[in-house]
Amino acid sequence: METSALGKTFHNGEVIVREGESGDCMFVIQSGEVEVVRENGAHKPIRLAVLHETDFFGEMALFDHEVRSATVRAVGDAQVLTVDRKSFLRRVHEDPSLAFRILQHLSQRIRQLDAEITKLKVSL
Amino acid sequence: MPALHPIPDPKTELKLHDGARVGVIGGAPAGAFFSYFLLQTAERVGLDVQVDIYEARDFSLPAPQGCNMCGGIISESLVQALTVEGINLPSTVVQRGIDSYVLHMEEGSVSIETPLHEKRIAAVHRGNGPRDIKNKRWRSLDGYLLELAVNKGARSLHQRVDGVSWNGGRPEIKTRGGTAEIYDLLAVAVGVNSGALKFFEQLNIGYAAPQTAKTYIREFYLGQEAIEEHLGSSMHVFLLNMPRLEFAALIPKGEYVTLVLLGDDVDAALVENFLNTPVVSACLPPDWRQAKEFCHCSPKINIVSAVQPFADRIVFIGDSGATRLYKDGIGAAYRTAKAAAVTAVFEGISAADFRRRFAPACEKISKDNLIGKFIFFVTRHIQKWPHDRRGVLRMVAREQRREGVPRRMSMVLWDVFTGSAPYKDILLRTLHPAFVMGFVWAIAAAAWSHMVGGLTWKRAH
Repeated sequence: METSALGKTFHNGEVIVREGESGDCMFVIQSGEVEVVRENGAHKPIRLAVLHETDFFGEMALFDHEVRSATVRAVGDAQVLTVDRKSFLRRVHEDPSLAFRILQHLSQRIRQLDAEITKLKVSL
Repeated sequence: MPALHPIPDPKTELKLHDGARVGVIGGAPAGAFFSYFLLQTAERVGLDVQVDIYEARDFSLPAPQGCNMCGGIISESLVQALTVEGINLPSTVVQRGIDSYVLHMEEGSVSIETPLHEKRIAAVHRGNGPRDIKNKRWRSLDGYLLELAVNKGARSLHQRVDGVSWNGGRPEIKTRGGTAEIYDLLAVAVGVNSGALKFFEQLNIGYAAPQTAKTYIREFYLGQEAIEEHLGSSMHVFLLNMPRLEFAALIPKGEYVTLVLLGDDVDAALVENFLNTPVVSACLPPDWRQAKEFCHCSPKINIVSAVQPFADRIVFIGDSGATRLYKDGIGAAYRTAKAAAVTAVFEGISAADFRRRFAPACEKISKDNLIGKFIFFVTRHIQKWPHDRRGVLRMVAREQRREGVPRRMSMVLWDVFTGSAPYKDILLRTLHPAFVMGFVWAIAAAAWSHMVGGLTWKRAH
């Protein structure tokens, strides 16, 4: 009987956020794995990443009011905790260093994207 | 010719320099958070500091040797902030994820669910459990946080501090073992139940310890299955019209339940009266009897913040400085500890630096507590008046029953009980015309049904 887990359990294949939907929170993985996929028209969705414990996703919704850019679903059982935009921004206003880890994450992602764009341009 | 500026001497300048020594008295959450965030922030800017944490308790032991006497609730706002910091509380520390509150009054009970139906509040033991602990499956929160600080590079010294004095303009810590260490900065993270605060009132730095009130905490064993069946993953809050009792809660943990009482002169008789009240005994197994030996304590809590919680080279964090009234003490420890750590690294360690960057965090908490006092005054009023109690129950029950109805009263109660939002925010929501009208309507409707129900009963008999 698991009583001590925080957050919510998502079972294998269950969608946590869906591409195109609006959102006002981010998610932190407490345990398990999730996959980030992007719809590809009539073709099979493209898997962008697999995230693990302590990774987070959906953080862009905290800063902009755009819709979700990808679908995230559980791979096996995953325990995920929600972080609300309002409580997060209230904390950041009080303590800007709280956003440091998210900035680090976004910075890493920009580096990865740069690398991938370079690869694509070279292959063209 | 350009003006010549003297080169500052890192030994006398009120800034942290490479190789600076920082002493932390107290290794409970405030001291552990301060050490962790000081080392983390220093590392980010390339500053090398040495942190020594003095903690006499051994958090691997059951109470009283390893316990810091607390209800053991980590609010949803702190759980969220810690996960963003990269600190995911492990299931070896969290004994139970709490997903709802059940509000009990003489007139009935109502359950208030978390906004997203997820477990966002953590129930923990501060030490390694009560003195009669049967199964050491979970570990101490304080021990876990201290370990995080040690893993960041802090040194944990299992020594009792026996005195603090000045030595060449720097704070010096003397221990019971006879050692004396001089530091560039001293962070005081002792609780209000510690005698160590008196050292600082004698240092002539303008510091006055916080004003306190007493609470009562009791741990009792129910076993995991009985807790699951009778209390579930809900915190049970009681607003009862009992003399001297202001607030009571039953917090389910792994195998134990923590009883927390707030009030005037809570004594054994009041505790027994409370446990024998029908609405309370209905929450417990029918055959449950309190064991003859049980773990209990009457710790003091900070109700008015300390005066001048900083000086040159000294800063007071957590309970010894400012904390939230009645709720979320660990959250306040996190906020003040982090504010002090960031100030020390980026601004400096003079009284003026702490006044500029650290004091606003404490003042924000203290000012919010004034509003909190008013909110608890109103709560006490509601506790005494049956019509108001019925109105609260009716409004919450209606909100919880219907999907899509704004959960105004539910969210106000949720935030009052969990300490998840500032008291100012809660007060502003109660001043919203829709809240006021809804509450007045609920009181009137509840009074009408009570009266009609009474008349019907009289006619029938």
